[in-house]
Amino acid sequence: MPRKDINIPDKIEYISILNENGELDKALEPDIPEELLLRLYHTMNLARNFDERLLSLQRQGRIGTFPPISGQEAAHLGAAAVLRPADWFVPAFRETAAEIWRGRSLESVILYNNGFNEGVDIPEDSNDLPISIPVGSQILHAVGLAWAAKYRQTDNVAMAFFGDGATSEGDFHEGLNFASVFQAPVIFVCQNNHWAISLPRSKQTRSKTLAQKALAYNMPGIQVDGNDILAVYAAAREAVDRARSGGGPTLIECVTYRMAVHTTADDPKRYRTAEEVEQWEKRDPITRFQNYLEDKGVLSEDKIAGLEAEVAEEIQSAIDRAEEQMKTLGDPIDMFEHAYAEMPPYLKAQKDAFARELAETGKEGNHG
Amino acid sequence: MAKMTMVQALNLALRQEMEKDDSVILLGEDVGVDGGVFRVTDALIDQFGEERVLDTPLAETAIVGMSIGMAVYGLKPVCEIQFSGFSYQNFHQIENHAARLRWRSQGRYHVPMVMRTPYGGGVRALEHHSESREVYWAHTPGLKMVIPSSPRNARALLVSAIRDPDPVIFYEPKAIYRAFREEVPEKEEVIPIGKSQIVREGQDLTMISYGAMMRPTLEAAATLKEKSGVEAEVIDLLTISPLDDELFVQSVLKTGRAVVVHEAPRSFGPAAEIIARLMEKAFFYLEAPIERVTGFDIVMPLFSREKAYLPDAQRILRGARKVLSA
Repeated sequence: MPRKDINIPDKIEYISILNENGELDKALEPDIPEELLLRLYHTMNLARNFDERLLSLQRQGRIGTFPPISGQEAAHLGAAAVLRPADWFVPAFRETAAEIWRGRSLESVILYNNGFNEGVDIPEDSNDLPISIPVGSQILHAVGLAWAAKYRQTDNVAMAFFGDGATSEGDFHEGLNFASVFQAPVIFVCQNNHWAISLPRSKQTRSKTLAQKALAYNMPGIQVDGNDILAVYAAAREAVDRARSGGGPTLIECVTYRMAVHTTADDPKRYRTAEEVEQWEKRDPITRFQNYLEDKGVLSEDKIAGLEAEVAEEIQSAIDRAEEQMKTLGDPIDMFEHAYAEMPPYLKAQKDAFARELAETGKEGNHG
Repeated sequence: MAKMTMVQALNLALRQEMEKDDSVILLGEDVGVDGGVFRVTDALIDQFGEERVLDTPLAETAIVGMSIGMAVYGLKPVCEIQFSGFSYQNFHQIENHAARLRWRSQGRYHVPMVMRTPYGGGVRALEHHSESREVYWAHTPGLKMVIPSSPRNARALLVSAIRDPDPVIFYEPKAIYRAFREEVPEKEEVIPIGKSQIVREGQDLTMISYGAMMRPTLEAAATLKEKSGVEAEVIDLLTISPLDDELFVQSVLKTGRAVVVHEAPRSFGPAAEIIARLMEKAFFYLEAPIERVTGFDIVMPLFSREKAYLPDAQRILRGARKVLSA
């Protein structure tokens, strides 16, 4: 028998709406109300400035290690902005702008990054999971949440975030496969920031795009300019609408760049060049969005100045509140909280013995 | 009351919980149309449909990961991992997430899921199908680890596991899936997790075991009585974690002698923890060193040698006599 072709979909689209110079493709411009545009701009700025401030706090030894997000604000915020509070937001650990957007307080981020698990602050009205550090493992939770939302006949969706490195993990492939088989209303958002610590995207996979991995699972995959918040928003809008109306999962690859370190314990000079980083500075997502908003007449110099002052004040007051809170936290006995619904007897015994140890030694934990 | 095998009793527990509560969802490999390779989920898909009995693709990690998502949502997933030897593929989902989402979310979410899986030797199976690795799960904070030993207690424990607000690893001793029948009431019956039972009373020696090892342990106890007039008290742990040390400590305070039996490898096995608790709470009452009768610290052999590997009544008897003669 002669060999013959099997026809499978083999096309991956790329979208960019605002190019590096801030020029707009009018035909693709999403219809976003002015108020929402300004909120997005505010959150991007807040997240960027907060990130930089956290970095200096870390360098001063006032907080511990954390993963900065600079450069990736559009890639995750643009997608999360499409969600409703009742939708499930399933982050990895580099989605701080989206967490803030969903209602997480800045002081909670500081607390968490200074080693207090009280810093986990899931906004009361939002269905958000806490950050997930084991790479790619949270993807499957989004599939289960989405399946459950469908089973309960809601039109809520789940959105999972992860990086380019996660696409090498089995959990990513199993997650996409299960989501497709069960047609779960889930959106997979890959922030391809080009670096998984020291491993470049080119060595992570030989695939031309990460988006094309969707094709193997017969689901739509799309590659987006991840530093263009309009493009990310538009792609996510389309995917979320499809999922809500029973159309199943989508994989969105947001092409972006990690401008800073992997975490504050990392030294990128060991593996990448300053020239490469400079190339990406020109593609900054905030500058580009700002140019667009100015051209649109939504943003003026006055407004920008007012906003900068507002952001600085928000950050400073969050730091003040966090430092106040830290004085009252840190009772080591609290580490026994939230182990089980009901504390089993052997654990109660350990806790009681530890309480006696504290009383006898006068130890007050890390800060004592 | 109907006489049932453990497989039938587990099926009854699942059916009744699913009838009562539409948040109970089954998922796993071959659990639907096939009814599970051991038939524990037999015919449940006919009654509850594909919507509640999910035949999943072959991926243990995704089965558990998806269950975690369902559980966070508020459903009560009961997933089946076909053999415990394949559950290492999903170990990270249990250790990193199921066991600690309550803690990591500061109490906002919890993971009321059950991971059912057959464990242990004795059915002449292939490699990776006969291990007994309950300590992996018992060692992880945030989990509960349950192992029944009979049709009736299997049913009552599975009901408790499904209703438990925390994740439960439910090991099913496949060697006795169909080895004997027992009266199992149609009417609801539960055994609380974290409670052991005295299954034979005595004052001369305490024998502690669980799962498939209960039968040879009881056989050894009967022989002790018959041949030597020794009255052994036999304790069935039922829950490995949280370990109910009160019952066996009380027993040893009375008998002064103990032997612990499990088919899991010896070093760092459940017996090590049980004996440590006895050292802490019953040391001054001991009349003799405590003996453990366990599997060896080797890879479980293929089935031509599995009988030689597994503790049997004779080996347990030797251990008991050593304790009695000291």
